[in-house]
Amino acid sequence: MRRIRYREALREALREEMQRDPRVFVIGEDVGRYGGAYAVTQGLLQEFGPKRIIDAPMSEAIIVGAALGAAVVGGRPVAEIMYIDFATLAMDQIVNQAAKLHGMFGGQLKAPLVIRTQQGTGRGAGPQHSQSLEAWFAHVPGLKVVMPATPYDAKGLLKSAIRDDNPVMFIEHKGLYALEGEVPEDEYTVPIGVADVKRPGNNVTLIAYSNMVHTALAAAQELSQIGISAEVVDVRTLAPLDMDTLIASVTKTRRAVVIHEASVFGGFGAEIAASLQERLFDILAAPVRRLGGLHVPLPAHSQLEKQVVPGVTQVVQVVKEMIGAEVAVRSTSA
Amino acid sequence: MEDRDTLVNLYYTMVLIRRTEEKILELLLQGKLASSMCHVSIGQEAVATGVCSAMQPQDYLTSTHRGHGHIIARGGDLRRIIAELLGRETGYCKGRGGSMHLVDVQLGHLGSNGIVGGHIGIATGAALWSSLQNDGRVTVAFFGEGAMTEGIFHEAANMAALWRLPIVFVCENNQYAMSLPWTHATAEHSFARKGEAYGMPGIEVDGQDVLAVRQVALQAIERARRGEGPTLIGAQTYRFLGHSRGDPSPYRDKEEEARQRARDPIRLYQEHLFREGIMTQADVDALEAKVAEVIADAVRFAEESPPATLDSVLEDVFA
Repeated sequence: MRRIRYREALREALREEMQRDPRVFVIGEDVGRYGGAYAVTQGLLQEFGPKRIIDAPMSEAIIVGAALGAAVVGGRPVAEIMYIDFATLAMDQIVNQAAKLHGMFGGQLKAPLVIRTQQGTGRGAGPQHSQSLEAWFAHVPGLKVVMPATPYDAKGLLKSAIRDDNPVMFIEHKGLYALEGEVPEDEYTVPIGVADVKRPGNNVTLIAYSNMVHTALAAAQELSQIGISAEVVDVRTLAPLDMDTLIASVTKTRRAVVIHEASVFGGFGAEIAASLQERLFDILAAPVRRLGGLHVPLPAHSQLEKQVVPGVTQVVQVVKEMIGAEVAVRSTSA
Repeated sequence: MEDRDTLVNLYYTMVLIRRTEEKILELLLQGKLASSMCHVSIGQEAVATGVCSAMQPQDYLTSTHRGHGHIIARGGDLRRIIAELLGRETGYCKGRGGSMHLVDVQLGHLGSNGIVGGHIGIATGAALWSSLQNDGRVTVAFFGEGAMTEGIFHEAANMAALWRLPIVFVCENNQYAMSLPWTHATAEHSFARKGEAYGMPGIEVDGQDVLAVRQVALQAIERARRGEGPTLIGAQTYRFLGHSRGDPSPYRDKEEEARQRARDPIRLYQEHLFREGIMTQADVDALEAKVAEVIADAVRFAEESPPATLDSVLEDVFA
């Protein structure tokens, strides 16, 4: 199968949806002439013109607000917020407006709006350009939160997000844009709300999303060399959350580690860990563990930045501890 | 010169808003409202009435937390309005939204909003879509002067003027953002200069004069429809009562209140109609009786309607 990059997969999704549906348009900062800060919309202005690829002034609140208003009266906008950190400037429009309109107004209005943004470390972009804020949005009823890890999922999920009648926070990762992966040339979509087993295994489930899926996969590979079979489940969408797939996996492996780049404290991993423990406490062989970033303003210094977020070594270490601790308990009681 | 029906309808609308809100306050005191969050616009009726009378059926509007007048002036169904306030399934939001979230998409009313200025973004977006589609619709964004010091107003005004969007920004300047006087909220009080700074006309109008408001709105809406871009209207009005229940407005000068109440927009317009021989006292009495009947019918409808349910709230989280 052909291989393309994550950013190209996203661009294909936008192009195909814009060709399919004349109501779809893109609005954001530097999405047109510049081609997007991370080059996702490159070439689309030339292809679709300035009425469908709209360069907006630096006004995050009205970018989301205008997209939302257009969505309410018949458009299918994709608003781009260059960095998720800048979504803080549009929080009223996202949280109080977009998320609320349908439910608050008794179902009279729909807000088929996609907010594309990106987050995370990897470029030494510092504390105001590297945060991982997905938990904020997942906590708001009425928002869907999608976080693709691969080019295949990025394309299929973006197409689904554009076709969805609800506001969708589509959170990409700045470290993934150059990642290559298999993407079929034929039309396909990936459903929102379905997790994906990226690697089957039996001894432990590594639950991750976005770039941490790749950390989990690398850790699983390393663990296999010491005889530990790790299953990697990519959550893919935080809201709605596919607990069924997570429960099925952990029921089988009896151990789980939740991994994300956002800080552990108050992070989305707590939601997953708590839900697993509420439902699977009796069969778990060890407490569910969480791995995430340190609770600090992210340093711009590249070497320090690397130390703040979890890596393969930490994942392997935690799994060894979980399995080792269990072995130790068994030998004590024997 | 306007035809008699138009002139009488303006009066009818203002009286309907006034009497409905008086009834709402009564229902509130009786403990019948499903939520005690409720802001009335008594004293400001000429703005909603004059502006909505200048709109076409295909146009859009967004409204505020003080929005009963806007939806009534837009022709909203009083039964569904009262049902909403009484928390009934037949209300505009199935009884869960209450006073601050009235909406009627069929009438192009895209919702009243609990966040000061929050809906200005939605209005701008509706106008953006009209501009992209060239559909000939105009959007009216109502807001109070409190919203003009919010960031979203600045971003929206800038974008709308930049792209010549078909939108009219209607500031109902009732002089107080809760307790803060307009004079304490901004250094520049001229709407002309505020508009000019964004590259759009800013027009100040006596918001207690329904005909003056209507004229200004007709011009601004027509200009927007011609593709010439937005207008900022500053309608000078006054909130006769407190911000909400339980606010006796101790921060306002009592002489000022008396002076403003003497300029009751309904009485001013009634005097005009009498003077011009368009209505008589008998006409007014008959109109009041009709209004009372419409309100009584709406209250009856609401009280006989089934209560809102949590099940329906759960069903509507996602579309």
